[in-house]
Amino acid sequence: MNDYRHIGKDFLPPDVVGKVTGKAMYAEDFRADGMLFARVYTSPMAHGRVTGIDTSALEGMEGVIGVLTADDLPPVEAPNAPMLTNTPVYIGEPILAVAALDEKIAEDALAAIRLRIDPLPFAVDPLDSLVQDGPDAREEGNVYVRSREGSGFRTVKWTRQQIDEFRAGREPTGDAVDEWSYGDLEQGFRDAQVVVEEPFVTVGYAHMSMEPRTSMAYWQNGTCYIYGSAQSQSFMIPGLASLLGIEQKDVVLVSENTGGGFGSKIGAYPMMALPAWFSKKLGRPVQLRITREQEYYIGSARVGFQGWIKVGFAANGRVTATDLFIVEDIGPNATGGDGSSAGGAVSIVYDPESMRYRGVPVLTNTTPRGAQRGPGQNQIAAIMAPIMDKAARELGIDRLEIRKVNAAHNETTVYEDQEPVTSAYMKEALDQGAGMFDWAGRRGMARRRGSKVIGLGIGQGYHSAGATGYDGLLRITPDGKIHLHSGVGNLGTYSYASTTRSAAEVLKCDWDNCVIHRGRTDANLPWSSYQAGSNTTFTHMRANYAAAMDAVTKMKEIAAATMGGNPADYDIGDERVFRTGNPSQGMSYAEVAQRAIEMGGAYSGETWPADIHEVTQRAVQNIAGSGLIGVARDALPQEGVIPGFAVGFVAIELDLETGKYEILDYVGIAECGTVVHPQGLAAQMKGGAIWGFGMAGLERHVYDPRYGLPANVGYHQCAIPTYLDGPLEMHTGAVDLPDPQAPFGARGIGEPAMGCAVAALTSAIADALDGHVFNRTPISADMIVNHVAGRPQSFKPLQTNNF
Amino acid sequence: MAVNPRLSRRRFIKAVIASSAAGAASHAGLRVAGAQDRMPGTVERLVSIRVNGRTRRVDVLPQETLAHTLRYKLGLTGTKIGCNRGECGACTVLIDDVPNYSCSTLTHSVRTREVLTVEGLQAADGTLHPVQQAFVDELGPQCGFCTPGQVMSAVGLLHANPNPSREEARLAMSGNLCRCGAYDNYLNGVMRAAGSRS
Repeated sequence: MNDYRHIGKDFLPPDVVGKVTGKAMYAEDFRADGMLFARVYTSPMAHGRVTGIDTSALEGMEGVIGVLTADDLPPVEAPNAPMLTNTPVYIGEPILAVAALDEKIAEDALAAIRLRIDPLPFAVDPLDSLVQDGPDAREEGNVYVRSREGSGFRTVKWTRQQIDEFRAGREPTGDAVDEWSYGDLEQGFRDAQVVVEEPFVTVGYAHMSMEPRTSMAYWQNGTCYIYGSAQSQSFMIPGLASLLGIEQKDVVLVSENTGGGFGSKIGAYPMMALPAWFSKKLGRPVQLRITREQEYYIGSARVGFQGWIKVGFAANGRVTATDLFIVEDIGPNATGGDGSSAGGAVSIVYDPESMRYRGVPVLTNTTPRGAQRGPGQNQIAAIMAPIMDKAARELGIDRLEIRKVNAAHNETTVYEDQEPVTSAYMKEALDQGAGMFDWAGRRGMARRRGSKVIGLGIGQGYHSAGATGYDGLLRITPDGKIHLHSGVGNLGTYSYASTTRSAAEVLKCDWDNCVIHRGRTDANLPWSSYQAGSNTTFTHMRANYAAAMDAVTKMKEIAAATMGGNPADYDIGDERVFRTGNPSQGMSYAEVAQRAIEMGGAYSGETWPADIHEVTQRAVQNIAGSGLIGVARDALPQEGVIPGFAVGFVAIELDLETGKYEILDYVGIAECGTVVHPQGLAAQMKGGAIWGFGMAGLERHVYDPRYGLPANVGYHQCAIPTYLDGPLEMHTGAVDLPDPQAPFGARGIGEPAMGCAVAALTSAIADALDGHVFNRTPISADMIVNHVAGRPQSFKPLQTNNF
Repeated sequence: MAVNPRLSRRRFIKAVIASSAAGAASHAGLRVAGAQDRMPGTVERLVSIRVNGRTRRVDVLPQETLAHTLRYKLGLTGTKIGCNRGECGACTVLIDDVPNYSCSTLTHSVRTREVLTVEGLQAADGTLHPVQQAFVDELGPQCGFCTPGQVMSAVGLLHANPNPSREEARLAMSGNLCRCGAYDNYLNGVMRAAGSRS
């Protein structure tokens, strides 16, 4: 426990009361006078070409105001997703939109439109496209390559024999388009006493945020106002401006609350901009509220993996070599990246002495993919945990010990370039979790009761957890209030608020005297990072610190100019600036703010640092002259990978007769530097764990391979976890050791919180089944029953999306 | 739930979808079809319903859902529509103290009953309902979209069972999904409101 005033203490985020009273406004809750309602016509085909659109039936249809087609919009170059398209590449892709006086009329209009669409070849399983003569998901090719030499679509095919060998669990010999390595892989395997070699599958699945995303837009004096569902705030502006073909200064995004994102609303997305184009065409506000089914289609999904991994272990459990090959299912228009990120996660969590990653991102005509909580890191966490267990068994090592032998620490180097880490305390996290869970005691307990078997699992999660170079902005007004401007999105983590406490800590002020400005970009918000990638805490604790330090410097300068002496003669405390040698001589923050206005210049925001983002510059311009302005870009030193870690321990009771299991207990430990907001951290650890349970045992895409039809577009079919899919009570903790490269030592945690749980659960299931490794997520009850009964599984090896 | 027996399930669902899709027509100040358009066997359009202790007169389409009426005609947007098909519970309200999915309840079926939404819980002086306060204290909400429904299910549970066990609470709340996975926090909130946590 630290002795900070605000850091590490719980507080009441200002939006919580609105959420429990129903007063919190989400995108669909906003209305504008004269607003029209848009609905979209979505593709009934997995891949096709629109050859004709007949809207003649709409002529004279009362209440129909307009139609928008792809031809009304600027062309978008793939792989960027279009707002509307004439060449749909997945079922549910928007082709056109209708605006009407109400949604019913709009739906009636859509039903009256006649479209001609010529079908094109499609694929729902990457291996069906990768095989020679297999269909390509896009006319441009079946693979996307990201390369410094030039990114783009390619056509990559493997022979049928290569596919068959891959399915049989042998090392893939087909072409990869992404490869990196470090160390001497061959030597690493020669040094190994045990080698585990496994094929694996992780099936993709939908984000399914609770809020069906909505966007409402109108234009006023050349400015486009958008009320949208967004997990970031300031970060959305450049993307929105680009989608609308206007300057950043001409976009205002209102997004006070967002009903979940999990990676699906990180940056500006096409459906957010579509109403703005429609509004521009019709001269009236337009709202587009998509349906739950459409949220499945366009709401993004996790990348799926079909892979092969070979891991060498020394006699003491140390990982000597890892060879990883991943075929990524990237849907119709993603560009890959989960695979390499999975490799990166392996390089840090298990710290192999040598490693190679190879991958090929394959396009499919399934729903678009994007980042989903721990993209890549969490899929591989699920696969790696049982593999570590298997090696431990073969080596006769405790499953906890083999993880500690390979645990990341301050000297660990990671990724292809073997970069250093800012800090890492995985062993400490494992020890803390083992203690809370009573790992040592539980290992010796009875495991079998009738058809019920106890399984214990350990999981480890990782994601990079920070960025640098964003701006902080605050203002002290003559009434003594401290205004903390946050451009961080409100995703539900409360980090938009908790990171501003970094500034309050520097200013040594009462929290009750602080006002947070957020939620709409015309509220004078600074340039902030995307609210994703577990990065906000590290990133914006720094940015707010930088702004607060700027404010402190200015306050001391103002005090010296007003009361004499040098700025170095002054200090702050109790919301006063005072002379160090004579604390009775000083000025209140309110008085300093008034003096800042009188002195002008940088003190009151008439001028600003040259290196701040244009978004921040405009914010400063707008608040100039209203008080003392603290503004700065985070230029604090930073070197190496900023890791976020978490470990999970889980106990399950698995019924061998039904294949169902109950989670009896869960302990999650965060290793994310200093704890900033204990309640918020615990909430993320628990929520992340629920996500992990869903990935391990419940959620998956299901597509009909004959027509490419999705089979689970609703909540029930998607099987997101419910109250009954977790333990009755969850327990969390934190290592709480500061990171040296953050002003108060904090790093991020959102994604590792899930990775450790999915890994712990796949580990526990394997443990309950005497070490059987399914190498697949989700592990469904029928898979367990088939295994116990000695029957073959219902899918062929490596099959995905369509069983 | 009272449903006109002459309506087949298929007709009911189609009509509900259509009326739900009708959007915020009243918000846009638009005319809806007059009584002369009424089909034989359909019910009155202008009805009185009791919501949050007040009698509200509202023009209701024959197969209009309560969620639609609350959100788009009475402006009670605290009730959220997450799925519009009875799967997620974000639209949960109390009808005669019993939690119901308002997206799957016909407005006409509640004309003689008391409807309570999340907006009706807070006292006039701003004091939060014990469940709301407990959810705040336990930091129940994350994104918050499901929270009004969670609150109403918890209020309904504690009305029927003021001292639930944690398992009983979990079962009672299990009709409310939370994609953020805040179940443990919400359960802590329920138990706190029941006086089992401090």
